[in-house]
Amino acid sequence: MKIEKELTVANKKGLHARPAALFVSLVEKYDVTVTLSKTDDIVNGKSIMGILMLGATEGTVLKITVEGQQATEAMTAFEQFFSKQEEELLS
Amino acid sequence: MSSEIVLKGVPAAPGIAYGPSFILDKGEFIVPKRSISASEVDSEIARFEEAVNNARREIHQLKTKITHDMGLAHAQIFDAHLLVLQDADLLNRVISDIRKTKSTAEYVFFAVIKKFIEAFSQMPDEYLRERAADVSDISKRVLKHLMDESKLHDLESLQDDLIIVSHDLSPSDAVSMYNKKIKGFLTDIGGRTSHTAIIAKSLGVPAVVGLKDATLRICNQDYVIIDGQKGVVIVNPSQETKELYIKEQSKIIASLEKLDDLKKLPAQTSDGKKVAILANLEISAEINAVRKYGAEGIGLYRTEFLYMNRLDLPSEEEQYQAYKQVAEAVAPFVVTIRTLDLGGDKFISSVHIPRDMSPFLGYRAIRFCLERPDIFKTQLRAILRASMHGKVQMMYPMISGIGELREANAILKKVKESLREEKIPFDEDMKVGIMVEVPAAVMTAETLARESQFFSIGTNDLIQYTLAVERVNEKTADLYDPAHPAVLKMIQKTIDAGHNEGIHVSVCGEMASDPLLAFILLGMGIDELSMSAASILGVKKMIRSVKLQEAQRIAYEALHLATGQEIEEFVGAQLRKLMPN
Repeated sequence: MKIEKELTVANKKGLHARPAALFVSLVEKYDVTVTLSKTDDIVNGKSIMGILMLGATEGTVLKITVEGQQATEAMTAFEQFFSKQEEELLS
Repeated sequence: MSSEIVLKGVPAAPGIAYGPSFILDKGEFIVPKRSISASEVDSEIARFEEAVNNARREIHQLKTKITHDMGLAHAQIFDAHLLVLQDADLLNRVISDIRKTKSTAEYVFFAVIKKFIEAFSQMPDEYLRERAADVSDISKRVLKHLMDESKLHDLESLQDDLIIVSHDLSPSDAVSMYNKKIKGFLTDIGGRTSHTAIIAKSLGVPAVVGLKDATLRICNQDYVIIDGQKGVVIVNPSQETKELYIKEQSKIIASLEKLDDLKKLPAQTSDGKKVAILANLEISAEINAVRKYGAEGIGLYRTEFLYMNRLDLPSEEEQYQAYKQVAEAVAPFVVTIRTLDLGGDKFISSVHIPRDMSPFLGYRAIRFCLERPDIFKTQLRAILRASMHGKVQMMYPMISGIGELREANAILKKVKESLREEKIPFDEDMKVGIMVEVPAAVMTAETLARESQFFSIGTNDLIQYTLAVERVNEKTADLYDPAHPAVLKMIQKTIDAGHNEGIHVSVCGEMASDPLLAFILLGMGIDELSMSAASILGVKKMIRSVKLQEAQRIAYEALHLATGQEIEEFVGAQLRKLMPN
């Protein structure tokens, strides 16, 4: 199964090191392949360097593609993730 | 060719040096490109994987440590670091590039990571831009495992001797500089007695500090001239300027060679007063330099350096070996070991010391040791054991009153008792003294002298506390005045109090290394002077050229003058009459 959605980064500091790290750990919980893309840049959702390289700041819209058995659950988790501030993610 | 730029700073160590610069602050290092053969590819990849694993293990350890010391929130950044090192995209790219380009793992890894660092540094978002520092930190960790650690900041692999330019040098930077081919040091901040000055003097190379923005105005590999006497730096000098300084340098070398003859002669005034001249020791490795200059022992062995640049504390055995090595090398002369003097501007990784608002007035030195008897006792045991291998004496730093001295001595007594019980031998007569560096100690010197076996005046701190001038602050560096009448009166009082109780008084601060100031100290009755090894011959020359009687008279008159400047001018003029050169 393959799902595609556009999600907006809510975190004030954008997808910097800590949130990117949290996102990668979240992706790894599911048996899925994930790509994130911003205009022409497409990166692997398990690559923290790739995610950081997107330079996604607050309000950036990212296209997320999730493929695999658990795609639906994973996408729900990602939607929640992107809507939160860093402090909420850490607690 | 860019035009000549002249920068002015604070002269910290004398001499002239010229050569290409190396900007240390930006952490640039050189990873040489080297090709490998097809048969080496697999082992190169294995080496890369191992280095990554080692780096990961280190980060795990660091994370545990930081979590323990500072809490989980501070440690979370290391999760990101760990993820970078398991980022399949990154690792696979390095591995496939090693195969493709047939170059060493460090070269390929560095090339890949450099692209990331550059991309991060150009990001418009500030938070993301700062990730360049994280990635650079991670890459250094991996490179450290791929290359010899010494090669990481490998100054020796560069063809020419270098002039180090840095925002500041921490004491631990200073340690790693030792034994490297360095021609001189330039720093943006720091004063006359900063660690940069101390390390430069012990290496015998010039340094100019407090240059404010040298790291911005000098580029890597710029040709630089340092005049450590005047505190002047010339970037991209003209041919004429170069020649001028080369001539100047050969004059200095010639006069140093003359001093060489003094090595074997005693430091004795022409009317027969002998002053012991000893050397200050930063780290054991310096010991050869110390002997080279004919020091009559070590007046200050700083032990902090055993504790730096590491995550754990040095064991009793390790300390014992280090102290023993120095004691044996210096015998039959004395080595004066100062117990741990942490805090202020010296911090270590193995113990968390909170950064005080005014670190020099805070939790440091003996205060720290009395709070942490576990650490203190280990050191005392090691020092006592080493006392069997030469002539060892010990002193406590930063004593501010008799209470602290008694408390420290009570711990020492307990340590001695347990060594006796364990039948471990030590020198029962080992002398125990104190550093006099806090005005409160000066004012109660009579009391302290009754329970100390010697005094060592730490002038760097005494000046800073007496004049209320922070010595690492370049903005107040001009107020730091060793010849200030208040400072000299403090010293006179300490010497008199010591002599009244029949104990020796020495000076182990930078003040002792300046012939003019040392002349005043001589006149005030000092018994010993301890200084950076490179200054010994100059001071010895002064002592051998003068009479104690004259020094006493001049010092007495100087103490009645109004300002440090008047004192320096008066004593300078008198001294020039006594020794025309």
